[in-house]
Amino acid sequence: MTSRREFMKEAATGALVFGSQNGLALTRALDSGSKPKSKVVIARDPALHGTDGKLDSARVSALLDRAISAYTSHNRTVDAWKRIVLEAGAKDKVIGLKTNGLGGKGISTHAVLVLAIAERLQQAGVKPGNILIWDRNARDLQACGLTINTEPNQVRCYGSDVSGFEDTIETWGSSRVRFSKILTRECAMVINLPILKDHSMSGVTFALKNMYGMIERPQDLHATGCNPGIADLNAFSVIRQKIKLTIGDAMTSVYEGGPGFRPEHLWQPNALIIGEDRVAIDQIAWGILDKKRVEMGLKTLEDARRPPRYIATAADSTHALGVNDPQRMKLIEI
Amino acid sequence: MKPLNVLFAVSLIALLAVGAISGCKKKIATPFPASGAIAGWDKSSETRIFEPKDLWQYIDGDSEQYIQAGVVSTSTSDYKYKGQLEAVVDIYTMSGPNGAQTILEHGQTKDANTVNIGDQGLMYAQSVTFRKGVHLVRIVAYQSSTETAPALVALAHGIEANL
Repeated sequence: MTSRREFMKEAATGALVFGSQNGLALTRALDSGSKPKSKVVIARDPALHGTDGKLDSARVSALLDRAISAYTSHNRTVDAWKRIVLEAGAKDKVIGLKTNGLGGKGISTHAVLVLAIAERLQQAGVKPGNILIWDRNARDLQACGLTINTEPNQVRCYGSDVSGFEDTIETWGSSRVRFSKILTRECAMVINLPILKDHSMSGVTFALKNMYGMIERPQDLHATGCNPGIADLNAFSVIRQKIKLTIGDAMTSVYEGGPGFRPEHLWQPNALIIGEDRVAIDQIAWGILDKKRVEMGLKTLEDARRPPRYIATAADSTHALGVNDPQRMKLIEI
Repeated sequence: MKPLNVLFAVSLIALLAVGAISGCKKKIATPFPASGAIAGWDKSSETRIFEPKDLWQYIDGDSEQYIQAGVVSTSTSDYKYKGQLEAVVDIYTMSGPNGAQTILEHGQTKDANTVNIGDQGLMYAQSVTFRKGVHLVRIVAYQSSTETAPALVALAHGIEANL
């Protein structure tokens, strides 16, 4: 286990992962070369879904613990979560959990995962009222299986339809957006909780595209396969600074016909994908989707003429949001 | 013609006209079957209607293919079968039949079974999609059981009759 002193020493010598530039700096460089690597953990449990097809909540919590331990190198998950909160500068501040319920019931971030994270945060000393589960609106949150709650002393759960959006239009590249006040005014840190899906326009929707649910008019960023819309949006400083960690829900997914619920194309990867580098996560997610598509006799996303080009754009020198080169990633599968 | 016969004829025409108008109105008002209209099925939510410019709010990036295919209006409602099986019904009204056909065939995969509903229908284990004229109807169930497929087909026929 890494002590805080050791960690700070490594940080000072620059031996930290790429994603740490704007993130948590939770992981160490994994080789001694000059180029750091982005760490991504894929944790799987083939028995995550019971015989009735429903998620086993105890197994989901256990999978989350395994994934966080592997990612942070902390054996005790409570220590890992304390470290995450501390490194994010979110101690005694509001931590947002940004879900994705756009696809509707059946293909939204699972409540059981969201609530497990909220529980672990509380065990790490975060007050319930400082945890805010949020998305675009009440309908999206309810699609995840969550209940709206605005009680200040409890874990809160509401959407941007309650908070509203900033009046000021912000610009980055091609993007002109108004951010949710939940992001700009309430949260010191946000944990990104997307769900892995095929997307009819962008090819893949996962870590990077989940930011679309933080702005007032996401439809304005959908042109040309959401490229450069997704990359531009992620480049805004408020997103760079506050989206510290992604815990991707790949327990259920659609490999074709997304982003909506298509039971005929539903599958259960039974996995969580964790990292700070959203570009690396999406690059890996692309590979997972393509592998499944080929298994099912479908064309790859490239051959289907909707490759997720936004990933390379996000990695380019203009955006510099992370790495899409597998050689610069450290993928740990457990 | 005797005055009584004339009065009868006028009354009959008036009644038929009222019937025809109210019948048309009913079809225009809602193709969504009311609770109990199809055995076992309850309409469990209000109908939501989206214009093309707002369709993204419902189906995000999927909206683009419908807009390109000429969608004019989208209506959706939730249903429940015997209080257990949950489903959602989406009705896309296109500017012409070709738009409905384009969308239906675009999403077709090799595991689809044809089903005799409307002008063309496709069925999967948990969903039924069919087109009738300018309408494309998709019914998706959230759970799967032995009852799912026949229940979805019954609901689809009920909707088809209202279009």
